[in-house]
Amino acid sequence: MSQTFHIPGQPITAYVQRIEIKKLREGSNLILGFSIGGGIDQDPGQNPFSEDKTDKGIYVTRVTPGGPAEDAGLIMGDKIMQVNGWDMTMVTHDQARKKLTKKSEDVVRLLVTRKSLEDAVRKSM
Amino acid sequence: MDTESTYSEYSHYSRGSRGSHRHSERSRERHSKTRSKDSSSRSEKAVTINAPPAEPLLGDQSTIQGEETQDDNWGETTTAVTGTSEHSLSQEDIVRITKDLEDSVGLGCRRYLALSVGIVLGLLVFITPLAFLVLPHLLWPERVKPCGTACEGLFISVAFKLLILLLATWALFLRPSRASMPRIFVFRALLALLVLLLVVSYWLFYGVRILDSQDENYQGIVQYAVSLVDALLFIHYLAIVLLELRQLQPCFSICVLRSTDGEIRHYNLGHLSIQRAAIAILEHYYKDFPVHNPALLTAAKSRAAKHLAGLKVYNVDGPGNNATAGQSRAMIAAAARRRDTSHNELYYEEADHERRVRKRKARLVVAVEEAFTHVRRMQEEELKKPPGEVMDPREAAQAIFPSMARALQKYLRTTRQQHLHSMESIQKHLAFCITNNMSPKAFLESYLTAGPTLQYGRERWMAGQWTLVSEASVTSNLRDGTVFTLKCIDFSLVITAKSIPYIKLSEEFIDPKSHKFVLRLQSETSV
Repeated sequence: MSQTFHIPGQPITAYVQRIEIKKLREGSNLILGFSIGGGIDQDPGQNPFSEDKTDKGIYVTRVTPGGPAEDAGLIMGDKIMQVNGWDMTMVTHDQARKKLTKKSEDVVRLLVTRKSLEDAVRKSM
Repeated sequence: MDTESTYSEYSHYSRGSRGSHRHSERSRERHSKTRSKDSSSRSEKAVTINAPPAEPLLGDQSTIQGEETQDDNWGETTTAVTGTSEHSLSQEDIVRITKDLEDSVGLGCRRYLALSVGIVLGLLVFITPLAFLVLPHLLWPERVKPCGTACEGLFISVAFKLLILLLATWALFLRPSRASMPRIFVFRALLALLVLLLVVSYWLFYGVRILDSQDENYQGIVQYAVSLVDALLFIHYLAIVLLELRQLQPCFSICVLRSTDGEIRHYNLGHLSIQRAAIAILEHYYKDFPVHNPALLTAAKSRAAKHLAGLKVYNVDGPGNNATAGQSRAMIAAAARRRDTSHNELYYEEADHERRVRKRKARLVVAVEEAFTHVRRMQEEELKKPPGEVMDPREAAQAIFPSMARALQKYLRTTRQQHLHSMESIQKHLAFCITNNMSPKAFLESYLTAGPTLQYGRERWMAGQWTLVSEASVTSNLRDGTVFTLKCIDFSLVITAKSIPYIKLSEEFIDPKSHKFVLRLQSETSV
């Protein structure tokens, strides 16, 4: 289902892709190699990647070239729906960051969605 | 031919029924006793509005339409409206007739009648209370009971109330009238009638109860006189409310449109009769509308003539009777189909004219600035200059005028204003500007833009030439949708009244503590 104009309170359905990123150790930090934007405490109108400008989800705004996220197949503009089972559609920016940068985890398993996924699935049907 | 028939209709009715209209006016005046004090020494600014009677005007329009359909066969088929051929008059005759009426005996008699009625009523009003007080002492002095302090108090109050009434009447009624209206001023007539009724009834009761029975109770008589003065003061209050206060609150928006060049202005007026509204509008006209300049309209007229001149209609079906309507339709259709390049001419002509005006204006501004540098105010220390060199403003103006005269004359000719300004008026204005230390730009301002009519000489005002043309009676009140016309000699003002919308205002309360703001966030975190 496309995410254009989601009605609050209704369940979201989306075609998602599983992406597994292994964290890379750089000095004392574990990095994933991408940047996120969005969140329920942010201004959704400034999100350049969302189709629905009231969508307050977490989006991938940048992917560092050659980093673990790019190797795993993450693309700029993807919307992150889950991180390791934790929901990312209704979280604040800081909560999302915390879920992604847990020091105790080496791997993050993301469920991401993008517009081209839906088109690809529809074509193959 | 069309215009001839129109004017002849007007003159026919004006000549025929205007005399009778005047007679009926005069007889009505005798019975109505207006208090309008049209003094004989009215200034030239007074406006005479002569309205032709209302009913013939409606008949006017239907006969004019009848004339238009017979336009082409005018010579052959003069039908029922034979009046036009006998009484066809030209424009000058109309003006002559109106001027004659102004100087006629009838109008002056009406003015003096109104003035004399007002004076008589005023005298009656002021003398009556005094007469009430004095008559008992004259007629039965020995039987009058003397009354003490109460009466003296009442005497003082009568005196002061009469003084206040005198001052108030002077303030409200004894002002030089600024216009003369075609029909009577209804409110003034009503008030005069009311006053007369009051005074007559007081005299009646006085005659019956006091004079006949020769009442001795003087205090009662004095109180009677005081009550009359009180009643008169209240009638004066009513006069203020009816004549001055009622029309202050605006409830109509009036649109005034000049027929020749399309100038529009909007004014707000209150509850007024049509003739009073016309006078209020004319007062605004003289200060707001730029002066009427017929020289600016000749270009449009020549263009219009050129549109019609190119086509000639031939009747190939023989002399048919229903050809007229068909002919005009054919002309309109042919004119629409013809490839007309007159819009091109208009565009280039206007651009050319614009450029010429700007060039002349530049030359004029430079000439005037240079002229103004030649003259300056004499300082105190220079008092010992020889008298040949010291000039008063008029001489100074005459000295510097020749250097700018040519440029000014050329500019006025280009903007077609040369007939509005005479040499004398220009020199007078120049002397005025020099006296008041004005800059050259201030001097030029009155020549660069057309000002209101009052700025120019008296002969442009034409204050005595206004005619009120209205379908409704001119003493009826203004209503939403009232339309009437004020005709001057060359142009007319078409006036439409619309009522001001009823405004429903609702309220929204904003708590001052409710003004809270947050910043718009857009953070990006790299993980």
